Amino acid sequence: MINKKETIQELEQRVRACQDILLANLVMMSETPAPTFHEQDRVRFLLDRFREAGLDYISDDEVNNGLGYLPGPEGAPTVALVAHLDTVFSDKDSHALSLGSDRVKGIGIGDNSLGAAVLASLPHLIQLLEIPINVNLWFCGVSRSLGRGNLGGIRFLLDHLEQLPDQAICIEGAPLGRLNYTSLAMMRGEIEVEVPDEYDFSRFGVMGAIVHMNDIINRILEIPRPSRPQTSVVFGSLHSGNSFHELARKASLRFEVRSESDDVVEMIEKRISQIIEEVRARSGVNIALNKIAHRSHGGLDFSHPLVQSSQKVLENLAVEPKIGPSMSELAAFISHDIPAITLGISNGHEINTLDEEMEVDLIFKGITQILGVLQTLNVEGELS
Amino acid sequence: MKIDQWLESNTFHHSEFWDVRQLVADKEKQNLKISLCIPTLNEEKTIGKEIVIFRSELMSRYPLIDEIAVVDSGSTDKTLEVASNYGADTYFSGDILPEEGFKRGKGENLWKAIHQLNGDIIVYVDADITNIHPRFVTGLVAPLIYKPETHYVKAFYDRPLAFSQGIRPSGGGRVTEILTRPLFSMFFPELTALMQPLSGEYAVRRQVLEEIAFPIGYGVEISHLIDVYTRWGLEAFAQTDLDKRVHRNQATRDLGKMAFGILQAFINRCEQLDMVNVKSEMAHILRQFQVNGEQIEQQEFTIIEEERPPMKTIKSYQEKFHS
Repeated sequence: MINKKETIQELEQRVRACQDILLANLVMMSETPAPTFHEQDRVRFLLDRFREAGLDYISDDEVNNGLGYLPGPEGAPTVALVAHLDTVFSDKDSHALSLGSDRVKGIGIGDNSLGAAVLASLPHLIQLLEIPINVNLWFCGVSRSLGRGNLGGIRFLLDHLEQLPDQAICIEGAPLGRLNYTSLAMMRGEIEVEVPDEYDFSRFGVMGAIVHMNDIINRILEIPRPSRPQTSVVFGSLHSGNSFHELARKASLRFEVRSESDDVVEMIEKRISQIIEEVRARSGVNIALNKIAHRSHGGLDFSHPLVQSSQKVLENLAVEPKIGPSMSELAAFISHDIPAITLGISNGHEINTLDEEMEVDLIFKGITQILGVLQTLNVEGELS
Repeated sequence: MKIDQWLESNTFHHSEFWDVRQLVADKEKQNLKISLCIPTLNEEKTIGKEIVIFRSELMSRYPLIDEIAVVDSGSTDKTLEVASNYGADTYFSGDILPEEGFKRGKGENLWKAIHQLNGDIIVYVDADITNIHPRFVTGLVAPLIYKPETHYVKAFYDRPLAFSQGIRPSGGGRVTEILTRPLFSMFFPELTALMQPLSGEYAVRRQVLEEIAFPIGYGVEISHLIDVYTRWGLEAFAQTDLDKRVHRNQATRDLGKMAFGILQAFINRCEQLDMVNVKSEMAHILRQFQVNGEQIEQQEFTIIEEERPPMKTIKSYQEKFHS
């Protein structure tokens, strides 16, 4: 039974004693494929865990979000605990997980099977460890977060919940110490170049899609980017061509523009559109810019009690806070003016690759952190 | 018992036993103890998750299993360290019944486990399963809990092969289909009802395990089936479909060694039962060939299916369980 004198280190020891609960959920969650838009099997598993823990209002919705509710004291405010269920991996990839003494290895663990497994474990752990919670808790496994999903799950949820939560904590697998409370402005896009069948090579020269795409990339890199507000353009993937000897007829580029300013993102987006117009006119090839996702800049002040109490918990656990912006579910809460933070659970290596692995020992510190922050909420009848 | 009738009454799908709470309630009503034994040799990649899944789901959440033990043949990797970290009792097979000596082989580990573990039912699950799930235990112990006349429950799996027009073969692996099934068809036709007689996952009552001999190598499963069948009949068996089992694929040459050991054990049993009469002593060398550059090389493997006697004949066991 927890009491007021229990230190966070003592709580951590009690969490460690329950390692098999969390690790079993991690194995079962990780080995259930959940490519974006196909999260239904993970939702089923999550809801089974919620049922076994006796949560109320267990339900899923038409976009594959899974929910459960743990009531707090009467009249208490409500906090949403959120983890996205999808990963970037196809269901054709091997999802077998290997659990060693100090590392756990498998695809999609850091982003975000571990976060989802923690969400699945928390209701059971809160009861088992008798953690005093002074708020109502919504446990939300959300779908369609990554890539083209564009936070579709959490957006749907926030658009349809009868009563929005007062605060939110988003759980991500990695890294431990992550403390996000602002969202960057962001535009995620895809540029597609296609050389038409009737292309007049005598007029435009012998150049395939790769050369035109290369031209576009070089021109984007020439766009002036301010150092303040911090701004970056990330080229995430590039695909083109099939052989050594044939000109590539198609090329596609996925990219993100990120900034601490909505205006800067808008400016760069306009400039990219102009570049595409220019290259299209000059080259005669088809070029399309598809806007996949958009976020607005915003968030909490560093002095917000939710940020402060989270930082204190991390310090007590001797974990260095890694403060920075995020573009995950946090952005959706910020756009609804709901105070929210994102916390990480453990440190990972080669995240989102086939060699992805996480440190086992830190996982229990990561869970203790979440339980520690939950205990600070509404301790004196006010949401901190 | 006719095969059709047995297939109807004694073949299950694990989903029939989804209600683990009910399983635990019935187990407790009968005051049964259940032990899980995982025999290992260099299984550090998969042993960790097997332990956490079974501990979490079938000990912490639902107290179906009373102990989880890893019985090891002398791993040189971190198998025992990983298993111990995640809460299994770990044993080197040679440390169990030391007065009986140590022989290297999976059957040896299974035999020693009868002495070391305390359960009324022992479930054996191999350590190389990459898609481990609680059904690998619940599906096997449930028929023993619900049907007192059942003594030995074997797993079988969905082995999807290329198929068309809705028909697909469902059966065992290569050794089962090429060797074991033809042998059973000739000598023990009723045992052909078992879909995968060589599967490494099964649950057995102690009073049966202590009565049967254990070949220490590849022949342990086939010997068990013949011994239990000749003593208790087909009705003592049940089998449960555990869906898919993902594991390492073995090279054909390794399957040759397995088949050699199985054939030895099978012929030994048939001789004991006066079903065949091998007039000369059988050889124990398996000869295989491999191509090395331009050369064809001969390789010889000595494979002797030694056998441990029924555990009930061991004095230390008698003292521990029957005094």
